[in-house]
Amino acid sequence: MTATGAPPMVLAEGVHKRFGRLEVLKGIDLEVDRGEVMCIIGPSGSGKSTFLRCINHLEQINAGRLSVDGTLVGYRQRGDKLLELRESEVASQRIGVGMVFQHFNLFPHMTALGNLVEAPLRVKKEPKREVVDRARALLERVGLAEKADAYPSQLSGGQQQRVAIARALSMRPKLMLFDEPTSALDPELVGEVLDVMRGLAEDGMTMVVVTHEMGFAREVGDELVFMDGGVVVEAGPPREVLAAPQHERTRSFLSKVL
Amino acid sequence: MASPPRTEPRPDVTPPEEIKAVPLRHPGRWVAVAVLAVLGAMLVNGVVNNPAYRWDTVGRYLFDQRLFRGALVTLELTVLAMFLGVFLGIVLAVMRLSPNPILSSTAWIYLWIFRGTPVYTQLVFWGLISVLYPTIGIGIPFGPEFASFETQTVITFFVAAVIGLSLNEAAYMAEIVRAGILSVSEGQSEAAAALGMKRAQVMRRIVLPQAMRVIIPPTGNELISMLKTTSLVVAVPLTTDLYSTSREISLRLFQPVPLLICAAIWYLAITSVLMTGQYYLERRFARGSQRALPPTPLQKLRNRVFPASGEAR
Repeated sequence: MTATGAPPMVLAEGVHKRFGRLEVLKGIDLEVDRGEVMCIIGPSGSGKSTFLRCINHLEQINAGRLSVDGTLVGYRQRGDKLLELRESEVASQRIGVGMVFQHFNLFPHMTALGNLVEAPLRVKKEPKREVVDRARALLERVGLAEKADAYPSQLSGGQQQRVAIARALSMRPKLMLFDEPTSALDPELVGEVLDVMRGLAEDGMTMVVVTHEMGFAREVGDELVFMDGGVVVEAGPPREVLAAPQHERTRSFLSKVL
Repeated sequence: MASPPRTEPRPDVTPPEEIKAVPLRHPGRWVAVAVLAVLGAMLVNGVVNNPAYRWDTVGRYLFDQRLFRGALVTLELTVLAMFLGVFLGIVLAVMRLSPNPILSSTAWIYLWIFRGTPVYTQLVFWGLISVLYPTIGIGIPFGPEFASFETQTVITFFVAAVIGLSLNEAAYMAEIVRAGILSVSEGQSEAAAALGMKRAQVMRRIVLPQAMRVIIPPTGNELISMLKTTSLVVAVPLTTDLYSTSREISLRLFQPVPLLICAAIWYLAITSVLMTGQYYLERRFARGSQRALPPTPLQKLRNRVFPASGEAR
């Protein structure tokens, strides 16, 4: 994957994040290549969601370097000085990064189609007809073509999350972040969301997925990262990590969730 | 030849009988109806047969040209002051929630002053503005002036009344709007930001439309309260509104009660129109919050008169 010489999609070097005195990330070094699916697992409070939110600058990092597609996140480098980006520059950086949240966060006052066309129309200012056609195609792709005019409150949790994925895709991102996308769903609805994500991975989308779905991580993930206490404890091919964890902490976590 | 066990219901079995129970009686309701009917009859009798109400005068002056013009002035004051008050209130609410400490403390000081003093006092103050500032100039601050006006010609009593009412209203609206904005979960702003929307866009397209559900009911309260607060503009002194007009006529007739009733009927009529507007506005912004909107009173009536068409929908 590195033969082209292009920078990795995500490059984290010594990323630190503090909330007041609480240090949540204590030096994260990770690399996500183009087309790779990286799954991050770990106990709650391990910092995995925080790291994901740092990638699109929903949280500002305190130390280290974090770049997406070769561009620093949230800062501009001039000499050896870092300058904070303006709000509009941060916003345009986020266009290339789609995010899916645990609680969907669909806009409840808009229909499913309205959720999908909002950002392409208002942010990218693309022509309406093109945006609507693409949005309908995306809804079809997640199996919800007939729900275009439904409001989120009229959809099941699984349907809402599929709309949320389609909404993120409507901006044609080069990277997709998933923050525990199935954790708020009834067990029988998890499969339909994972199917959509599996399809995305097969199409070559670069994905970082914070999840508790070990089956998904094993089958779809190219890399599995186990985080605990704000550090990466162990990383490697999912089958190896899950079958033969090298660290005691990984072993005890996996014994609880598998 | 053995037949499989039957699983489908046998056709010869009749469906279970509908329950036809004796409905529960509510004797308390009948007692309440009787008591209230007697009290109501006493009240109506007292109002109708008491000559001091001078119902003939009420009838003669209810649709008087002067009262109608007064009602129009009151309505103009209400709409203008409310419109400006809501606009400034939104600005103040966004300022108060701003991370910029100068903006948020400025908004706080505004609220402190305008909520902390009686609106009557504020109206008197705006009436006296031409005493404080005889001329108003447009120019560079502390520098040369390009144009200058007599305050009295620019800020008439009507303008002073609108300014006074709307500046006071803005302080209350700011808190209502702030409550509305805070009621929208942070996940909404985050999702919008993650899509690349800027803060102003997030506010206008995502947060405020959802905040409206919380903002509208208390704003309806404020609107109706504003309608009645306009009767205080006599402090400016503006004397063309509904209350002052009715007062003026009654002083000439030496009959204070019937003209008060006329004014009250007009206030009540305008309030009723405003409440209807609020009902439909609330329905509009309830979109997406309920799976199906409840029928409007008109739809309910239609469904009752033409039940078939109602069910077909």
